[in-house]
Amino acid sequence: MALIQQSDAAPQVPGGGCAQPLTLLRERGQREVFCGLTSIVWLHRRMPDAFFLVVGSRTCAHLVQSAAGVMIFAEPRFGTAILGERDLAGLADANDELDRVVEQLLERRPEIRTLFLVGSCPSEVIKLDLANAAQRLSQRHLPRVRVVSYSGSGIETTFTQGEDNALAALVPLLPHSDAESLLLVGTMADQVEDQLCRLFARLGLSGVRTLPPRRSTDLPPVGPNTRILLCQPYLSATARALQARGAQLVTAPYPLGVNGTTAWIQAAAEAFGLAASAVEPHLEAARQRGRQAVARYRDQLEGKRLFLLPDSQLEIPLARFLHQECGMVLQEVGTPYLDRLLMAAELEQLPATATISEGQHVDRQLERVRAARPDLVVCGLGLANPLEAEGMATKWSIELVFSPIQGYEQAGDLAELFARPLARRQRLHF
Amino acid sequence: MDLTLWTYEGPPHVGAMRIATSMEGVHYVLHAPQGDTYADLLFTMIERRGKRPPVTYTTFQARDLGGDTAEMVKVSVRDAVERFQPQALLVGESCTAELIQDQPGALASGMGLPIPIVNLELPAYSKKENWGAAETFYQLVRRLLKDQVPPPGTARPARTPGVRPKVNLLGPSALGFRCRDDVTEVCRLLGEIGVQVSVVAPLGASPADLQRIPEADLNICLYPEVAKPVCDWLERQFAMPCAYTVPIGIGATRDFLEEVGAALGVDVTTALRPEVVGASDLWSPQLHGGSTERARSRLPWYSRSVDSTYLTGKRVFVFADGTHALAAARIATAELGFELVGLGTYSRESAKPVRAAARSYGLEALITDDYLAVEQAISEAAPELVLGTQMERHIAKRLSIPCAVISTPIHVQDVPARYGPQMGWEGANVIFDTWVHPLMMGLEEHLIGMFREDFEFVDGHQSHLHTGGSKPVDSSRPMDSQDPPEPAPAAAVSVSTASTDKTRRWSQEGLAELGKIPFFVRGKVRRNTEAFAQTQGIDLITVDTLYEAKAHYGR
Repeated sequence: MALIQQSDAAPQVPGGGCAQPLTLLRERGQREVFCGLTSIVWLHRRMPDAFFLVVGSRTCAHLVQSAAGVMIFAEPRFGTAILGERDLAGLADANDELDRVVEQLLERRPEIRTLFLVGSCPSEVIKLDLANAAQRLSQRHLPRVRVVSYSGSGIETTFTQGEDNALAALVPLLPHSDAESLLLVGTMADQVEDQLCRLFARLGLSGVRTLPPRRSTDLPPVGPNTRILLCQPYLSATARALQARGAQLVTAPYPLGVNGTTAWIQAAAEAFGLAASAVEPHLEAARQRGRQAVARYRDQLEGKRLFLLPDSQLEIPLARFLHQECGMVLQEVGTPYLDRLLMAAELEQLPATATISEGQHVDRQLERVRAARPDLVVCGLGLANPLEAEGMATKWSIELVFSPIQGYEQAGDLAELFARPLARRQRLHF
Repeated sequence: MDLTLWTYEGPPHVGAMRIATSMEGVHYVLHAPQGDTYADLLFTMIERRGKRPPVTYTTFQARDLGGDTAEMVKVSVRDAVERFQPQALLVGESCTAELIQDQPGALASGMGLPIPIVNLELPAYSKKENWGAAETFYQLVRRLLKDQVPPPGTARPARTPGVRPKVNLLGPSALGFRCRDDVTEVCRLLGEIGVQVSVVAPLGASPADLQRIPEADLNICLYPEVAKPVCDWLERQFAMPCAYTVPIGIGATRDFLEEVGAALGVDVTTALRPEVVGASDLWSPQLHGGSTERARSRLPWYSRSVDSTYLTGKRVFVFADGTHALAAARIATAELGFELVGLGTYSRESAKPVRAAARSYGLEALITDDYLAVEQAISEAAPELVLGTQMERHIAKRLSIPCAVISTPIHVQDVPARYGPQMGWEGANVIFDTWVHPLMMGLEEHLIGMFREDFEFVDGHQSHLHTGGSKPVDSSRPMDSQDPPEPAPAAAVSVSTASTDKTRRWSQEGLAELGKIPFFVRGKVRRNTEAFAQTQGIDLITVDTLYEAKAHYGR
């Protein structure tokens, strides 16, 4: 089998705005993406009482510090247990070594409550059993510190999938409860979460819990009467792990933009048996504000051609928002991975004219970008400046993971993120 | 396993990438898992390059491991050569590929490609970035010059009299510390003594340029961490002399000129005339007029002037790569009058000279790549200034010590737009400003610590929302003004002195919501919301008011 294939004959994806199938392009080749270790960069802020210890090589250490090292840390929140030649040659017992390193770390940082052992490509290739190690270390350090493991390796995970694996690793630790509850899953900015919880409270759904929590020890309960609503599209493993604990998945589009947020809230309300007529009045004021804020940027975005390169799996919901609410024309929507179950409600809203691509052959994709000459390219930082130098406007995609973009109050901010590079080009004259 | 909170160097293949990216016409095929392309960002973001690094990654995934990863290498090599048409190809593996042993270099060599192939063997679990860069540069130069090596014992032909002597500058590279401007500064220095620069490599060189290396009269090893193996090899194979003095600091720059002059038989007395810039010609615009003018450094006079007296005996800790640590130790002690209380390096290759230097200052050198050991040493030495790398910034923050960066590893703020060399006369100017600046800041902090009641120098990190203490200064109103503030026009920002009264008009919930806004925009949001509430006649500011204002103003 050729490893780098020509694109398969375009298979059809159900969906498409006019009930027409969408074109799906599947590609293999060089992928210009982050590995899952990068998730540490935001997870360490979400749960400040957790520490992320990568078990890997100097490359892994270098990646994480290159991403996060521009911030200056008085107290580090992540580190790497770097494998040496002795570990590879089997001269040192990996488990003894790991125990020693963890002791050393906990001595320095006694306030750590949850320690994540994060698997990497090297640790996966040499088959280090981190799950076992986490169990052993938990037994030793409980009740003070809980140790869990997940993989953020590049061979298994792309960028945001690291968060998916981290949350899935927490699922077995969640307490059991038969109570009716709503669980919001996926990292969102604190402020955004508060807004959405307030909206749910107005609908009579109080006591909404979140995964990940703000403190790693404050884990939400789960059981057969728990309904899970995903805040992020990249949580395939977590969603399935929660379903395995009996929780019911509420299918909905993602809360990006006014329409996405409305559909997302209504899906949850419906799952709890609330009539749409009862929900509507509570949303109207915020919805109006959202529309007003988005309208401000519509002039700049309307009719502009958009090309999204794969990065975080946020691409499809973003494309839906930018097309529907900002009037942008979609040329290609690239995603590193397409989970049809989790993306069903989004795909059916995309226009039939858009090409969806899954995977990447970066040089060929760049040829398509150059041929299409889009008005705006959404891409990673490895490509942004080079494309700008070729005269194309870019929006670097990582920012979308680090910004408050969900919900009504952020709809305008989200549109502004895409309008900003265009506005900047108009301002600059040299 | 080693617990590593921060690593001073990347893996060796990043060193190889630095060589490939520095050069023109060289491509690098790297057998690596998906995700290792993060290294592109070092060049496109930290160095702000407008081109992708000339690196093709195989980016294998777990599903490929059961299949033929060796075939992926071949496809990538063929694809890269066809697409990018390089003049030379580097082939190597990253740490994970090293474990699956596909021998990518041997595979590529067997493909019958019409260009020189350099097979890189970089042991990722025992060596690091600078070693990888030095090894790659050495292997590439060796491969490209192997047909030119004269028979052993061949003497170098004497330089033709009357022809300007030529030198190569070896070592400057992508992601090096200030290499871009150091090269300009050293070319200017050499121009002043009538020496021509022939090849600068790897930075900006092509494979064809590397083949011209033996034509020069002298190699200058500017960055031993990258170029020493190449310089040694050229000395052995081509009998090319090499100058090893690194011109960072006034004294070192003078030594450098003397060494180059002696090696080339060039008279450098004019360039070395011990006049320093004094008060009289300090403001002469001709001072830095380019290579034809006599450039001189302002550091000596700045360091002698009385406001520098307080620098005397300040305790300084130096930790860097070997080259920059040695240079900094000399400048700190002999040229700025600091007291050295710690000296160390993460470059094991430089352990010997750094140990010798430390002994001359009555210190024991710290040779380690363990961040925690450095942190402990700094903590024990209790310096007033740390001269180090990006990693020492973390330590300095934790210990609240002023800090300046003198060496890699660096981040984006140390690749400045302005001309910022470390070498030569202008480099010394840059160094004076950079090292003294945090001390000034430190002094201010000191005063804040002593006098806490100041109306202006309040703790900037303390949000006045949480403490209810200090109020921001309204610079538009003198302190003793008895005039009432002018009424603000509608939709203008509120007068900040009135904000304490307005605080009472925020609901608890609204105020808490405001606290969640990032601090750098919080002030603006607050002013906007209050102005909005005023125009709307709203007495109590709630969460909804905040968002209505946000929608009204757009941000």
